[in-house]
Amino acid sequence: MREKIPRQGMPKQKPEDRIHNFNEVALGFSPELAQKEAERCLQCPKPFCVDGCPVNIDIPAFIKLIKEGKFIEAARKIKEDNVLPAICGRVCPQEEQCEEKCVIGIKGEPVAIGRLERFAADYEAENAEMEIPEIAESKNKKIAIVGSGPAGLTVAADLKRMGYDVTIFEALHKAGGVLIYGIPEFRLPKAIVKREVSFLEKMGVEVKTDMVIGKSLSIKELFGMGYSAVFLGLGAGLPRFMKIEGENLLGIYSANEFLTRTNLLKAYKFPEYDTPIKVGERVGVIGGGNVAMDSVRSALRHGAKEAHIIYRRSRKELPAREEEIENAEEEGVIFDFLVNPVRFIGDDKGWVRAIELIKMELGEPDASGRRRPIPIPGSEFNFNVDTVVIAIGAGANPLLLNATPEIKRNKWGYIDADLDTGKTSMKGVFAGGDIVTGEATVIEAMGFGRRAAKAIDEYLNTNKW
Amino acid sequence: MFKILEKETLAPHINRFVIEAPLIAKNHKPGQFVVIRIYEKGERIPLTIAEVDRTEGTITLIVQEVGKTTYMLGDLKAGDVIADVIGPLGRPAEIEKVGTVVTIGGGVGTAIVYPETKAFKEVGNRVISIIGFRNKELVILEDEMRATSDELIVTTDDGSYGKKGFVSDRLQELIEKGEKIDLVVAIGPAIMMKVVSDMTKKYNIKTIVSLNAIMLDATGMCGACRVEVGGETKFACVDGPEFDAHKVDFDLLMKRLVMYREEEKIALENYLRESGEK
Repeated sequence: MREKIPRQGMPKQKPEDRIHNFNEVALGFSPELAQKEAERCLQCPKPFCVDGCPVNIDIPAFIKLIKEGKFIEAARKIKEDNVLPAICGRVCPQEEQCEEKCVIGIKGEPVAIGRLERFAADYEAENAEMEIPEIAESKNKKIAIVGSGPAGLTVAADLKRMGYDVTIFEALHKAGGVLIYGIPEFRLPKAIVKREVSFLEKMGVEVKTDMVIGKSLSIKELFGMGYSAVFLGLGAGLPRFMKIEGENLLGIYSANEFLTRTNLLKAYKFPEYDTPIKVGERVGVIGGGNVAMDSVRSALRHGAKEAHIIYRRSRKELPAREEEIENAEEEGVIFDFLVNPVRFIGDDKGWVRAIELIKMELGEPDASGRRRPIPIPGSEFNFNVDTVVIAIGAGANPLLLNATPEIKRNKWGYIDADLDTGKTSMKGVFAGGDIVTGEATVIEAMGFGRRAAKAIDEYLNTNKW
Repeated sequence: MFKILEKETLAPHINRFVIEAPLIAKNHKPGQFVVIRIYEKGERIPLTIAEVDRTEGTITLIVQEVGKTTYMLGDLKAGDVIADVIGPLGRPAEIEKVGTVVTIGGGVGTAIVYPETKAFKEVGNRVISIIGFRNKELVILEDEMRATSDELIVTTDDGSYGKKGFVSDRLQELIEKGEKIDLVVAIGPAIMMKVVSDMTKKYNIKTIVSLNAIMLDATGMCGACRVEVGGETKFACVDGPEFDAHKVDFDLLMKRLVMYREEEKIALENYLRESGEK
């Protein structure tokens, strides 16, 4: 009875070891473990898991190939629908997507689809030459993609396969967007991102870094240079602060800055690398999402003696993935629930020394469906810290949009684009990913990119807007 | 990769670089800056553009050696390359005809105030420039500033060249002389900008400063360059770098500028030791 095989756990670095390094925590399946896990798949004739995947990977098919030991073929099967399997296998919230729909998950634990995806992708990368997918005959049409995060990379790959000449413009000095500057090495090794980007380059996609569209070049100039369509995958690149007293004290970072110093600029290798970071003995990370978990776990690895999550609701409402919360708990992160910052208190040199917190209680559910936190009057107290990271979300970066008033924005500052096609109010300009939807996941941005690529192709075939 | 076409030492530890960067040259306006990263392990630092040549497709940077990155840059020669040069970034300076403009450059800040001096002159202002240095040896761009100003005043802290004193002393003299000043643009060390700002505030003369905050991406993505202007948090990289001086919290700026002083010292000492060994 194959259902009797338990869901296979993924070998991980021990917590006591891993908090001293930035190496990947989860070590991946061995071929034996992968085949054992693949055995568990029922090969449903009507697979619900595929519906749960934003890019509709043929999940039963690739799992079957793993079961048969055809690991490289399995990876190539995934790549028919997903250009970034090694990344998605690591960072997708499978528990809310494919695995949530898995039939055997109703009574027991679902098939570990994400872990199998990661296994196949890594196996192929280590054991086979990169196979360039079939590319249609050149259409002699140029497309500009602004931003090299998950949305931009997906659009680039899809359009390249269709035969377009694709150029990606990236503002930072390395391609990958949030995959490079945001998600830490211990969750997504940068070598993997580099590998996936070079896969696109081998397909013939041109990647231009150091290009801040809106400053270095305007969108109008891109059209002037002969690009027929522009896709904006700008991401959610505006840090949110709390707008409370003392927020600009030294030692207070936005999560974007904290993670960019750590991941893009490798501050954890200072002074071998030139970019410094200040992480004191007691670190407070404000927020409860995946970015907060990435920040607090990075703080431990930077040498913090105590790293706290400061969250205004309770554990149940934490928006982070359960897996990431568990990893943080295993590593000794301290969770302080039902507290909210009122102000930051500094010393005479301007360094943050404490956060004044107020205790909260949960009231009725709010628009998000989660119980609304309400401050308890008179419950304020000081919480000593040396370093603070504010991880309460990110908004739409207005740099390019301020320079391009033709592109309409919604009241939150995101691009007002069609969710099925990515069409914006400016002819020939499409947008997708977080810059349209607000902060979401890697795979959702990729799903949006897939739809936008189809719409761009259709627009260029029909010239209909 | 961006190629250095020319390098010239203007004064001890102050170098001028002409760098091939046609796109940046094409879209640059006075007041804007670039971010550079010299090599794979390098940090990203902002440097204001001193000059561009659109026909040649070049930008000119004038850089003082103060930390590891600027020392390392100073060790590069014509023909060498810089891994990344990104820009033009920041809002351009607002160049308008207002009457009499006093432009003030403190030390290497002179290199930044120079293109603005030229721009203010070109739109028809009467321009008086004050440039100040620690001593005679460190004087830069005197001829260039003279050529674009109706009047140029040079001052040194020790009196070894021009009049002895600070740029603020010379500004005070101009004001006391009864010069009607419509706008002051002051660019240099934070403390110099603060002193000038405190002075012009008393006389109610509009003053613009360019804030040299610490930056990473310089596209508004990280918030490292937070400054307080008029009680509000602003990002120097995208909301600035130029602001109304009378609204700037200079004390906060100065504190934030030394946030990494210890690390900067370690990085520089390591670099000087290693480059000395070579």
